[in-house]
Amino acid sequence: MAGSLGAMRDTRREWSINRARLIAALIGIGLLLTILVYRYYSLQIVQHEAFLTQSDRNRIRVEVIPPTRGEIVDRKGRLLATNQPTYVVGVIAERATDLALLTEDLRERLALSEDELEAFRERLAQRRPFETVPIKVGLNDSALATVAVDLHQLPGVVVEAQLTRHYPFAQLLSHVLGYVGRISSEDLDALDDDRYRGTLHTGKVGLEKRYEPLLHGQPGFQHVETNAHGRLLRVLEKQPPQSGKDLRLYLDLDLQRVAAEALGEQRGAVVALDPLNGGVLAMVSNPSYDANLFVEGISYSAYGALRNSMDTPLLNRAVQGQYPPGSTVKPLLALGGLSRDFITTTTTVRDPGWYRIPGDDRRYRDWTLRVRGGGHAEQVDMRMAIAESCDTYYYDLAYRMGIDTMADVLKPFGLGRTTGIDTTGEQGGILPSTRWKREAMGEAWFPGETLSAGIGQGYMLATPLQLAQAAMVVANRGTSFVPAIVHRVGELTVGGVPREPLKMDAEDWQAVIAGMVDVVHSKRGTAASIARGMSYQMASKTGTSQVIGIAQDAIYEEDKVSERNRNHGLFIAFAPAENPRIVVAVIAENGGGSSAATPIARRVIDTWLNELSDV
Amino acid sequence: MSDYARYLDDSQRSFARPRTLAEWLHLDLMLLLPLCLIMGLGLLVLFSASDGDWDTVNRQLRNLVVGWGALLVAAQVRIDTIQRWSPVLYLFALGLLLLVLWFGVGAKGAQRWLSLGIIRFQPSELMKIAMPLAVAFWVVRAGLPPRLSVIAVALLIIAGPAVVIALQPDLGTALLVAASGAFVIFMAGISWWQIAAGILAALAAIWPAWLFVLRDYQKQRIMTLFDPEADKLGAGWNIIQSKTAIGSGGWSGKGWMQGTQSHLDFLPESQTDFIIAVLAEEWGFRGVLCLLALYGLVVARGLWISLTAQSTYGRLLASAITLTFCVYIVVNMGMVAGLLPVVGVPLPFVSFGGTAIVTLMLGFGILTAISTEKRIISQ
Repeated sequence: MAGSLGAMRDTRREWSINRARLIAALIGIGLLLTILVYRYYSLQIVQHEAFLTQSDRNRIRVEVIPPTRGEIVDRKGRLLATNQPTYVVGVIAERATDLALLTEDLRERLALSEDELEAFRERLAQRRPFETVPIKVGLNDSALATVAVDLHQLPGVVVEAQLTRHYPFAQLLSHVLGYVGRISSEDLDALDDDRYRGTLHTGKVGLEKRYEPLLHGQPGFQHVETNAHGRLLRVLEKQPPQSGKDLRLYLDLDLQRVAAEALGEQRGAVVALDPLNGGVLAMVSNPSYDANLFVEGISYSAYGALRNSMDTPLLNRAVQGQYPPGSTVKPLLALGGLSRDFITTTTTVRDPGWYRIPGDDRRYRDWTLRVRGGGHAEQVDMRMAIAESCDTYYYDLAYRMGIDTMADVLKPFGLGRTTGIDTTGEQGGILPSTRWKREAMGEAWFPGETLSAGIGQGYMLATPLQLAQAAMVVANRGTSFVPAIVHRVGELTVGGVPREPLKMDAEDWQAVIAGMVDVVHSKRGTAASIARGMSYQMASKTGTSQVIGIAQDAIYEEDKVSERNRNHGLFIAFAPAENPRIVVAVIAENGGGSSAATPIARRVIDTWLNELSDV
Repeated sequence: MSDYARYLDDSQRSFARPRTLAEWLHLDLMLLLPLCLIMGLGLLVLFSASDGDWDTVNRQLRNLVVGWGALLVAAQVRIDTIQRWSPVLYLFALGLLLLVLWFGVGAKGAQRWLSLGIIRFQPSELMKIAMPLAVAFWVVRAGLPPRLSVIAVALLIIAGPAVVIALQPDLGTALLVAASGAFVIFMAGISWWQIAAGILAALAAIWPAWLFVLRDYQKQRIMTLFDPEADKLGAGWNIIQSKTAIGSGGWSGKGWMQGTQSHLDFLPESQTDFIIAVLAEEWGFRGVLCLLALYGLVVARGLWISLTAQSTYGRLLASAITLTFCVYIVVNMGMVAGLLPVVGVPLPFVSFGGTAIVTLMLGFGILTAISTEKRIISQ
C-alpha cells in the first residue's frame, strides 16, 4: 500500500513537472511564433514596397524598340537605301546551363568564325547581368531556317529579328549614299546614348553620315513581362518608336545608270546638276565599291584591298577628286576679263601658236603648235578663243590680269572652296594666288605660273562638282544654288538654297555662252565631234589637264607616256544653251584628252533632255 | 506500464461506450478539424503553385488519403501497447537506417531511400516516430525527473540515429529526429542548468562541426543566410526570390493564381519546401496569419492533450509530437523567410510530398489515441 501511495505521489509530481514544462514550452512557442510573425510582418508590410518593386523588376523588362531608319528614294520614289529583316542570335549567359558547351554548340551550328567568337567573348566580358550578348548577326531568313530553327529551344539563346540597311543598287550609288556600319566606340562618344539604345548601326560616310540625325529617328519603349528563363510572355505597355525621316533625292536612278554606263571602265567622275535648283541629278565616281559590305563590318582583307587599290575605289572622285581644271576655266576667265575691262568681246590677240612674256625669251606654247605647227588664226577674239580653246589668248589675258585678279574673278564661280554639298569628305580644290603660295609653300609667285593658271594648269585644282557648279553659274547667267543631293527630308524641302547672284552685263554672258555653244556647234570647236544629230544647243567647254609637268621643249607623245601619266580629259556643259535644264561636268582620268569625256556628257544630256526630264 | 491502469478495473472500462462515430474511431475532432482546414488551404495553394495542374493536386490528395489511413490505424492502438513496443520499433528503425547507410538508393546526391520492390521507403521518417517513443519509454521507466545517468543514456539514444541520418546527409531530418527526442527529455523535467549546459555544449560543438561534419554545400547554405547577395545567381537566388515573393504579397496578396514570382518560375521549389512563399505572395500577410492561426489551433490542442493525458508516457509523447510539429513550422517558415539556413523541412500538410504527410499523420494518430484514451478512462 505504501508503495502504491508513493507511486501516487510520484505520479502527481510527474504531472506537475510536465505541466511546468508545458508552460515553458508554450512560452517558447509563443516567442518563436512572435519572431516568425514579426519577420513576415517586416517583409510583407514594412518592406512591401521595396519587394513589390523588386518583383516587378524581376518580371518586367523595359525593352528599347529601335527606330526604323529612314529610307532613301530617288526623285521618282525608287528605293535606293532600304531596311531588310535579318536575325541576331544572342546569348544570355546567366541562363545558359553551361556557357562553354553552348558556345561550342553555336560555333558548329552557325559556323562562327574565330573573329566572331573573339568579338563575342569581348562583349561577354563587358555585359550587364542578364543582357543579351550577340554572337551572330545578319542572318537572313533562309540562313536562319536552315541552321537555326531549333536555336530558341536552347536555354540562354535568344533569336531576335532586326532591320539591317540594304543598298539594292550596291556599286551604282555607294559614293552618293555612303553607308552605315556598326557603331564603334568612337561613334558612341559623338552619339546620344538615349537615342541609340538598341541601335547597332550609324551612318559612316556620305548621305548616311550627313543626315544621320534625321535618318535615325526616335527609339520607342515597351514594358514586357518575362519569366525567370527570360521568355517574353506579354507586352504590358508600349510607346512606339518614331521612324527616321525618308530622304528624297534630286537624283534620277535612270540618269545615274546612264552616266555609269557611259563612263564604263573609264576611271573618272560624272556630275549632273539641275541648274534650276542645284540638285544633283547624277553623281558617278568610278571605280566604285559595294556599300553593303560595310554594313555588318567588312573583313580586314577586303577592306585592305579596297583601301590599297591604285584605283582608289573608296574615293568619291566627284567631290573628293581634285584635278587641274585645264581649259574649262577659260569661259570663267573670259567673264572675269570682261567684267574687269581687261578685254572686250571684240578684243583680239595675235596668235603665232605661242606666247612670250614681254622681256622674257621663254615661249609658252599653244596646244595647236604641236598639232598644226601654228596658231588658231592670225588674230583670235574671245569667242574663237573659247570655241577653239586658244591658249595664247589666255596667256595674254592672264599675264595682263595677274594672278591675284585672276583669283578674285574666279572666286565667285566657287573655285578654291567647298561647295557645301550635303555629303561628307568634300574637298575645296585650290585657287592659287600670291598669298596662297606664300602661305602654302612659303615661296614667291613667278610670272610664268600666272600663264599656267591662265589655262587651268599649275597649282590650280578643282573637283568635278566645283566645275559643274561653275558651269551652273554660267548657265544661269549669274544665279546659282548650293549643290544638293537631297531634295526633301520627310516633308521638308532642304535643297535649292540660292546663292548671291553674280552680277554681270547680259551681253557679256551672251558673248561667252556663244563661244561655249561654238565649242560643239562650230566646225572648229574642240568638241565638234559630238555635234552630230544633236537636237538641242549645248554650251560647253573642253579641258585637258596635264598629269605630270612636261619639259619646256619636249614633244608630248601620248603613246610613250605610260597610261597613268596620260592627260585627264575634262568637259563641262549645259543644255539647252538658252534655257538650261542640265549642267554636266565629266572627268576622264588619264583619258588622254577631252575627247574621252565629251561623249559621256553628250549621252547623259541626251538622256535627260530627250527621255527623262519631265519639263 | 500505464500508472493509472492499475487502479482501474476492467469492468469500469467496459462502461465507456463510444457515443459518436468519432469516439468510436478514437478521433479527437478538436485536433483534426483545424488539420482538415490546413489541408484544404494547402491544396488550394498547391493548385496555384503547380500552375493549375490537377495531376499534382490529385497525387497530393492520394498522399493525404494515405495519411488519414495511417492516422486511423495509429489511433486505434492502445498507448500502453505503443509503450511496450517502442524499444522494438526504435531498434528496427535504427537497423534500417544502418542498412540505408550501406545499401541505400541515392537521390540528389544523398542516400535516404531503401527500396522495397515497388515501395521506396525512408527509414529516417520512421525514426521520427520511433525516437520520441523510445526516449519516453526510457525516461518513464526510470521515473521523473530523470537522473543524470538516465539523461546520458537518453542522449545516446538520440545521438545514434541523428548522426546516422546526418551522414546520409539529411540535416533537416536529423534535426527533426533529434528535436523530437530532446523534447521528451525537456518535458521529463531535466533541470534548467542541465539545459543551459546542453546549449553551451551545442554552441561549443559548432566549431568542430563546421570544420569536420558539415559539407561544403551545407556551409554555403548557412553563409548564404547571412549574405544572400554574395552569390545572387547561385546559392543566394532561392532566398532572394522567396523573400521577394513574400514581401511583394503585402497585406492582401496578389490574389490566388496571380503570384508572379511563382507563376513566372522565379521561385524555386515552389510546390515543396518553398510553398509558403506562394501562399504569402498570393494571399498576403493575412493569409500567412490565417495559416499560422490554424497551426496554432492544432498546437494548442496538442498541448492540451499533453496536459490532460492520464499517463506520464502519454504526456511526454503528446508534447514531443506537438513540439516537433512546431519545429516543422518554425524551421520551414523561418528558412523561406531567410531567418534560418535552407534545410529540407516541408511545411506540414501544405508542401507537396507523401512521406512527410504519412509521418506527421502517424504522429497525430498517436496524439488522437492519447486524447481519446484519456476520455474513455476519465469516464
